[in-house]
Amino acid sequence: MSANPSRRILAIWLARLAIDRWRLAEGLAPGEGADPAPLALIAETAHGPRIVAGNDAALAAGVRAATMLADARALCPALAAVPHDAAGDLAFLESLAVWAQRWGPWSALDPPDGVIVDVTGASHLFGGEAALLGDAAALLARRGLAARLAIAPTAGAAWALAHYGPPNAIVRAEQDLAAALAELPVAALRLDDDVLTVLRRLGLKLLRDLHGVARPALARRFRSRSAPAANPLIRLDQLLGRVPEPLLPVIARDPPLVQRRLLEPIRHRALLDRLVADLAADMARALEARGEGARRLELGLWKVDGEVVVRSLELAAATRDPAHIAELFAGRLDDVDAGFGIELARLRAAWSEPLALAQADFEAAADAHGTSLAALVDRLTVRLGAEAVRRPAPRASHIPERAQRWQRPLAPDGPAQGELAFHTRPLKLLDRPEPIAVLYATPDGMPRRFRWRGKVHEIARAEGPERIAPEWWRERSTVRLRDYYRVEDGAGRRYWIYRAGLAGDGRGGLPEWFLQGLWS
Amino acid sequence: MSTADLPLSSPVRGKPDSRCPLAWRPGLADAPRHSEIFAAGDEASGAGLALALALDALRAGDADPLADAPDTRPWLWVQDKEALRRTGRPYRPGLPPALRDRLIHVAARSPEDALFALEEGLRCRELAFVLGEIAGNPRALSFTAARRLSLAAEKHGVPLWLVRIDAARDLGSARMRWEVHAAPSPRPRWNPQAPGAASWRGELFRTRSHLPGTWLLREDEGRLMAASVGVRASTGSARAGEGRANFNIRSA
Repeated sequence: MSANPSRRILAIWLARLAIDRWRLAEGLAPGEGADPAPLALIAETAHGPRIVAGNDAALAAGVRAATMLADARALCPALAAVPHDAAGDLAFLESLAVWAQRWGPWSALDPPDGVIVDVTGASHLFGGEAALLGDAAALLARRGLAARLAIAPTAGAAWALAHYGPPNAIVRAEQDLAAALAELPVAALRLDDDVLTVLRRLGLKLLRDLHGVARPALARRFRSRSAPAANPLIRLDQLLGRVPEPLLPVIARDPPLVQRRLLEPIRHRALLDRLVADLAADMARALEARGEGARRLELGLWKVDGEVVVRSLELAAATRDPAHIAELFAGRLDDVDAGFGIELARLRAAWSEPLALAQADFEAAADAHGTSLAALVDRLTVRLGAEAVRRPAPRASHIPERAQRWQRPLAPDGPAQGELAFHTRPLKLLDRPEPIAVLYATPDGMPRRFRWRGKVHEIARAEGPERIAPEWWRERSTVRLRDYYRVEDGAGRRYWIYRAGLAGDGRGGLPEWFLQGLWS
Repeated sequence: MSTADLPLSSPVRGKPDSRCPLAWRPGLADAPRHSEIFAAGDEASGAGLALALALDALRAGDADPLADAPDTRPWLWVQDKEALRRTGRPYRPGLPPALRDRLIHVAARSPEDALFALEEGLRCRELAFVLGEIAGNPRALSFTAARRLSLAAEKHGVPLWLVRIDAARDLGSARMRWEVHAAPSPRPRWNPQAPGAASWRGELFRTRSHLPGTWLLREDEGRLMAASVGVRASTGSARAGEGRANFNIRSA
């Protein structure tokens, strides 16, 4: 079976994306400013800084990617180091993939530094494939990016040609793909490093060599490798179009955005509230047209002197109620310094969720009465912070303080195993167990009298111990076990106290006593 | 206080009791919307009694035969920082099973924030009830603030149970004010040496529609049980004493 002749794929390889982005961020042309001196972008690893990319001067001095910074400094003592921005690179690549849809209707990311565009049936718009490649090369060069391009019938072949073929290579549909790629190295198959090592040791250096080996031999050699990047046969089939290789397309999504330009800059709070209310009403209309509700909103206020004030807001449930949105923002605008005035305001729903139109209540009073739960959570969160409004959820753990975790108030409960009914647990738990002094304990270990917060409690009744061993799969080996006692003092106060450790368990000195919980 | 505070000047809405029409007992359907419970900071009996009373009020109000779905409304527990430090944080496995999975907890930094959260909670139509814990007598919890809470609770019908930890009995607008201490628990049947079900000694020292008095309260078999220790004999507090004197005159 041959490749589907109707597909034409353009591969763009930004060979020096990281260093190009650094230069663009600094506003430098190649060889200008700090660029002539050797410089490397580094990433922090467990063994120290490691070089991700170097500029021309650094490469000329012998600095290579993936070496440690200390080793590279030995070669080139003047090497300057700048942190590498991997997340920024990926975000840049995403926006570039959307931009690359000017050459074809679909584009996909090829991390860390490539983009793949499906240009099937689109090249005649640019005057042929060679002209399309020339257009792409010129536009990318104008943006200051070093790029290598190729067009081939499959994504794998285009990738291989872009990385290892001649510049601006084109494999036409009627050409024999295997023959056209025969002289490329096996690294063009997008394989893992260890697989490449295996192939090199087997003496298979070029794709031509792989074609010479019988297919069953290769299948037997790599039969336990199912990942495409670890199996040369799968990669070879993808390269030649014998098996399909689905690509995840990048789809641009424009968040709902409304803005107001003001003829006269505003400086007063009452006007600003009015403006935000108008924006919220506009946003409600924009969201309703899309059938969505906002979860995160960003309000940008542009001042006359060019400064931008940004306030963002996260909502507990999708909403498009303009009054609610305006009220939440009103609490966040107290510290805005208008300066010479605000001339542009923009509201953007950075995160929105589907929200269908809802039937209003027949009785208008029912809607107007009180607020909804989501609105309550929003108001509390805006004033007190997201950390202050939470909900306890069970967690699988024996250690009492770890048996509950705190989550967002409207998040659903995760799966949890049932609680054991024979364990009685206190109503409240102190955030940190407080040390108590046990003044007298019976010989069998039952406490009889203790002092807590300066008061002596005589224990009238006690039950225990309930022994809770440390969770060895989570904790260090020196954590001590706990013997819990439920106690009640003479006045009827009920406490949960525990003894940490046993005498002579080899994990510390004498056992200590703590008070952890209070019963109702 | 005005004469509106006197017990006989306002109609009694609970079911009439043949022995004493004004005695408080568990299970009355006319639980007030705003109650205060004074408790010590070295025991959790304040929150415990508040939860027991709230559950009792929920059960008493649940008599609607058409309500076939169980009540799954969430409830709000607001604590200020000092209350959280003194008596700890709610612990899910120890909460009453009916309330365990619908708690929303608010840890406020200051009493002002706690009052804001309480009032916002009272205005929410989807909450079953609101439980607040505030330590001491902060300046923010003035009579005006308490009155705001009472009005919000009565307007929206969401009950508020406010636990005052280590607080003096200041001026307040709560319809019922309790003082609670832990009481020795009943001995469990199978292990008499162990602590038993939670018990409290609650003194209802200010109330609008009932007689003040002291009860031994206990949550038992899913119900709140109360044994009267005695209606208060002496006129200890001026406000309650007024009502008591009035009652004596009328019944004599």
